[in-house]
Amino acid sequence: MADTNPSFVRHEMLPAQPAPIAAGNIIGWVRTNLLATPKDVVLTVIAIILLALLIPPALNWLVVQATWFGSDRSVCTTIVQGGIQPDGWKGACWAFVKDRFVQFLFGRYPLDERWRPILVTVMFIVLLAPMLIPKAPYKGLNALLLFIVFPIVAFFLLHGGFGLQKVETPLWGGLMVTLILSFVGIAVSFPLGTLLALGRRSKMPVIKTLCVTFIEVIRGVPLITVLFMANVMLPLFLPTGWTIDNFLRALVAVALFASAYMAEVIRGGLQAIPKGQSEGADSLGLGYWQKMRLIILPQAIKLVIPGIVNTFIGLFKDTSLVSIIGMFDLLNIIRLNFTDTTWITPVTPITGLIFAGIIYWIFCFSMSRYSAFMERHLDTAHKR
Amino acid sequence: MTDHAIRVSSHREPKVSPINDPKVRSIFFQIMTALVVVLAVWFISHNVSVNLARANIASGYGFLAGRSGFDIGFAMLPYSSDSTYGDALVVGLINTILIAVTGIFTATIIGFLVGIGRLSKNWLIAKLCTVYVEVFRNIPPLLVIFFWYSGVLSTLPQVRDSLKLPFSMFLNNRGLAFPKPLWGEGTYLIPITILIGIVVTFAIAKWAKKRQMRTGKQFHTIWAGIALIAGLPILTFLMLGAPLTFDYPVAGRFNLSGGSVIAPEFVALYLALSFYTAAFIAEIIRAGIRGVPKGQSEASFALGLQPSSTTRLVVIPQAARIIIPPLTSQYLNLTKNSSLGVAIGFPELVSTGGTTMNQTGQAVEVISIWLVVYLTISIATSLFMNWFNARMALVER
Repeated sequence: MADTNPSFVRHEMLPAQPAPIAAGNIIGWVRTNLLATPKDVVLTVIAIILLALLIPPALNWLVVQATWFGSDRSVCTTIVQGGIQPDGWKGACWAFVKDRFVQFLFGRYPLDERWRPILVTVMFIVLLAPMLIPKAPYKGLNALLLFIVFPIVAFFLLHGGFGLQKVETPLWGGLMVTLILSFVGIAVSFPLGTLLALGRRSKMPVIKTLCVTFIEVIRGVPLITVLFMANVMLPLFLPTGWTIDNFLRALVAVALFASAYMAEVIRGGLQAIPKGQSEGADSLGLGYWQKMRLIILPQAIKLVIPGIVNTFIGLFKDTSLVSIIGMFDLLNIIRLNFTDTTWITPVTPITGLIFAGIIYWIFCFSMSRYSAFMERHLDTAHKR
Repeated sequence: MTDHAIRVSSHREPKVSPINDPKVRSIFFQIMTALVVVLAVWFISHNVSVNLARANIASGYGFLAGRSGFDIGFAMLPYSSDSTYGDALVVGLINTILIAVTGIFTATIIGFLVGIGRLSKNWLIAKLCTVYVEVFRNIPPLLVIFFWYSGVLSTLPQVRDSLKLPFSMFLNNRGLAFPKPLWGEGTYLIPITILIGIVVTFAIAKWAKKRQMRTGKQFHTIWAGIALIAGLPILTFLMLGAPLTFDYPVAGRFNLSGGSVIAPEFVALYLALSFYTAAFIAEIIRAGIRGVPKGQSEASFALGLQPSSTTRLVVIPQAARIIIPPLTSQYLNLTKNSSLGVAIGFPELVSTGGTTMNQTGQAVEVISIWLVVYLTISIATSLFMNWFNARMALVER
């Protein structure tokens, strides 16, 4: 019987074969990732044609033809337009950005006092960096310094007082204003949004109704109407004779607007926490605020970090809208220069806007990368 | 705690000081809050009435009937500076809706393409779509609007040197001039036939579904629908003797005459909002499609369904459940972002309202109109979303 057993048993090793062509080398990679099916071939060809049409002219405009040095419009205009470039010249005018760079950062802040915003920036970076590094110690003290002490010191440094020359807010401008609006917006909207979210889930009908109304009204209307409201109606709300700084009005509007969105994000996190957590805290005898601070909020907020950071990014982008109510944030100070006779050229607007885009992009993109990092870092539940 | 334990064991009414009774505390806090709110409202309304009286502004909506005295460059309704403020606001509202509808349409198409592109196995396409999404998600919409408006459109040639496009269209820095269709007699029948086509298609779809349930036979409703909705109007058009002529724009010495012009403000706002929102829609589409477990399509293949049927019958219905709620909120965002038109002078609701506010000083009234309009749109959207969620929610045990 053993002789008729049809099964086959190999006794010697097979000789090693070369790796399949589709693995490891570049040809294999191209085949699987670019030319897998006829449809892919067509798509790849279309994409390459698109890139070939877009990238060389873009690089040519942005780098090769671009003007890097110069102090007035003549370097960025053709001879017909009164400049030095040959006819038909088209390219980015980086000389304009270089010339006005400091203005883009500080607006019309007095020249002699510019050390003050620089000092504030240094303080901010020194306080923010350890805050962002998870391993850095003394988080509580750090947060206290960053969110309570720093704003007060920064306010007096920027605005003046205590022997420093007063610099009124209409002189503030540029990236400085964008960053102040965003920082205050973030620092206010996070706690306020948390309170609103808790209020919305409260069992007290009066508080719940108030919070729901606030959140839904603010979320239902565009930011620009809220800004107009702050700009036009806030002075009407105050007793006659009281004035309220324009900058402060914008600050209030931006912070309240972001709070409503933040509240909804945090509510999402609160809803995801199982009821047992709350009941467990109750049975331990914790009061409402203890329960929220120690048990519920830490878990809820961890769940919605991406949403929170998205709200921050939205807030940062939304600060550009204050230009509509006449404030000179980064975007508006750049636009202000479009009509400046020193730099009025056909390419100035687009160069300035691209520069603004790059700045906004760097800030927003780093925020979103950091949130992705934090999400992985805090993802302790699924890892053992 | 020990106090509590004793209470439970002895079954006596708990003797809690009213300060610690949750019910009393809750009522106390609510009364306090209500009191603060009422006081604040009273304080504010008092101040408002005093301030308005000082500024000699009569409150009320009477100003809406007054002559506006300003022109609107882009009006879908007949409007002149002799029209009323109310007319100006209506024209603005129509423009807002126009931007919203056209923007939503385009943003959805671009968003779908980019979202599917990011999931493509083709590396180049996937990377291109990723770059698109990452670029547009991280810059302010206002910047995109300015980019199109002062960066691109204002660099177009002057009217004298307009770019000549096919079909007698002209492109210059005052916008895109194109032949204006002049509809002849009887063309009102065409929209009616489109409507009839849609109704009949719905009826056919219902009948086809019933028949498929009964007999298992399929009926290609899509083709019948296209034939009806597109075919009927075309047939009517031809039967009426093609009553359509065009008013062509003609290049004069300094200006174009005739034809219709799409203002650059509209184009800039439309393109910017479409491109910006499309990046968010792309992310929603991607998340929706990836949210359908792979097992679903594998099971569908195992049942012998074609890839196209799998997509249509298995993947899309499940992805839609994930996609539609955030998609609606993006549509709402686009509608709200259309208010940014005020920055480039596109006459939408906030823009015409702003002019009205500056001329009349009726800030409270104009802002209340804005709030009512936008809130109505938002509430209508969220009602739709609730209805949709209730309809689409998984029916569980």
